[in-house]
Amino acid sequence: MSTKNIEEKQYLLRFKCDTKSHLTVLDHDVCMTQCPEKFCTVFCPAEVYKWEGKRMQVGYEGCHECGSCRIGCPYQNIKWEYPKGGHGIVFRLA
Amino acid sequence: MSEKFDVIVVGAGPAGTSCAFVCAKNGLNVLLIERGEYPGSKNVMGGVLYRKQMEELIPEFWKEAPLERPVIEQRFWMMDKESVVQFGYKGLEWGQEPYNNFTVLRAQFDQWFARKAVETGALLINETVVTECIVENGKVIGVRTDRPDGEVYADVVVLADGVNSLLGKQLGFHKEFRPDEVALTVMEVVNLPKEKINDRFNLEENQGCTVEIFGDSTKGNLGTAFLYTNKDSLNIGVGTTLSSMIKAKLKPYDLLDYLKTHPMVKPYLEGGESAEYLAHLIPEGGYRSVPKVAGNGVVVVGDAAQLVNAIHREGSNMAMSSGKMAAEAIIEAKKDDNYSEASLNRYKDALYGSFIMKDLEKYKDAAHIFEKHPQYLRDYVPMMNRAASKFFTVDGTSKREKQKEVLKSVTDERGTFKVLKDIYRAWKAVK
Ligand SMILES: Cc1cc2nc3c(=O)[nH]c(=O)nc-3n(C[C@H](O)[C@H](O)[C@H](O)COP(=O)(O)OP(=O)(O)OC[C@H]3O[C@@H](n4cnc5c(N)ncnc54)[C@H](O)[C@@H]3O)c2cc1C
Ligand code: SF4
Ligand code: SF4
Repeated sequence: MSTKNIEEKQYLLRFKCDTKSHLTVLDHDVCMTQCPEKFCTVFCPAEVYKWEGKRMQVGYEGCHECGSCRIGCPYQNIKWEYPKGGHGIVFRLA
Repeated sequence: MSEKFDVIVVGAGPAGTSCAFVCAKNGLNVLLIERGEYPGSKNVMGGVLYRKQMEELIPEFWKEAPLERPVIEQRFWMMDKESVVQFGYKGLEWGQEPYNNFTVLRAQFDQWFARKAVETGALLINETVVTECIVENGKVIGVRTDRPDGEVYADVVVLADGVNSLLGKQLGFHKEFRPDEVALTVMEVVNLPKEKINDRFNLEENQGCTVEIFGDSTKGNLGTAFLYTNKDSLNIGVGTTLSSMIKAKLKPYDLLDYLKTHPMVKPYLEGGESAEYLAHLIPEGGYRSVPKVAGNGVVVVGDAAQLVNAIHREGSNMAMSSGKMAAEAIIEAKKDDNYSEASLNRYKDALYGSFIMKDLEKYKDAAHIFEKHPQYLRDYVPMMNRAASKFFTVDGTSKREKQKEVLKSVTDERGTFKVLKDIYRAWKAVK
């Protein structure tokens, strides 16, 4: 079977997007100066985080709400909440 | 408003719904709050639902629940790059009543189960996030939600809010979990016609197969992969501890694609169509990570209490059992109208006396040891494959001679003493 890259995988999903992000990078300077690995951009299963040279772009709309970035950011630099009730990802199958 | 219930359950996964079901069945006034559009819309599972714990709640549930296939065969693969050592068990007794376990798709199963709780008398409210517990004089007396005017009160609040367990953390029952206490797992549901599935897995109508895959499925990192059969689809997934993922700089979806295109796995998926991609954490800290589970006016059940046996991929059953035990403690507490921690510790006592804590205790060192000593998955699985290849290749060497060679090659690679130590350590961890 054909594998799908992450954009194509994300297309398989249904999201009911909130207008407000439930994820906030608290201090972009911490990412810039203390976190050369930019861990969240690697392990996030939905490629929500993209480093843009000076700041972290947060594509919260595609978040699976797994919680990995809250636990995995070594600097506790991510404020993590649930999207508003009924919003965010809607799994239809498993 | 200040509506008051006997019990508020936060989270309509297997833990919360079980608790709500048992409470409602015993005449308690129950509010079940779920943040998703419907129960299951936020939940992910590889798919094995155990018959025993479900049957204790709803006898003969298999006659009406949305199940995929009864599992009649469980395979275990020790996989290397171009080979695999396999073992397993297939038994037709698992294909008939009372069955052993089933594959399920959670979005459907959770909705059905929550409906059963509602039919029993629980009130279900979807699309509502509980933002915090309302605490008064050191006692939880209700919850605050993200609805306008969203405060609700109860004698007992049940935290069944899953692995992220933000509410337990708020109450100070546990600290933030560490990256080595959770496994990040990604999976895909791959549609494939029933006949193809039956042919490839050697199954007949209404028979299912599970494959657990160790070794190269995680590139030797601490974790496992799985391949399960549904009616007209396969669930394929892989996960490692978040700490291993971080250390190895792995992207989870790359690991999933590595698995899907692995020469040992690919033929099973050929021609399939991806239907959904899902990511979720599994609490894998085990015995030592279990937080405080009862306080004044509050209990914690399921993933929120880290009740998962990672070695045996049991989670949903522990969630259900803990939900049921919590309900039974609440029903007792109501009899003398005492919801203090001391009274609700009935739940804690039941939990610690049950198979759940006994099993977690048994394996309390396993994950830690495998994390600290990566050789088990990284070195021994390939070694097993080479040994099997050597042993089964017919090349004119006598079997006795081969056995010697195999043993020698293992001890040569790691040194006799090291191998013995590794074996002893692993045995102690799982004995
Ligand atoms: C990939 C994967 C494979 C797995 N495979 C298996 C398997 O094969 N067999 C098995 O037995 N177990 C398996 N597990 C584990 C199993 O899925 C869990 O142990 C089980 O779902 C735990 O049930 P729960 O009710 O405690 O939590 P969940 O099922 O996570 O339910 C928690 C519920 O609470 C809701 N919620 C959370 N916070 C709030 C809030 N603040 N307000 C309102 N609602 C809230 C959530 O939306 C969710 O519905 C697997 C897990 C994963 C991730
Ligand atoms: S892991 Fe944390 S500190 Fe590092 S880039 Fe991401 S948000 Fe910034
Ligand atoms: S919660 Fe999971 S999916 Fe969402 S941004 Fe964090 S790591 Fe990515």
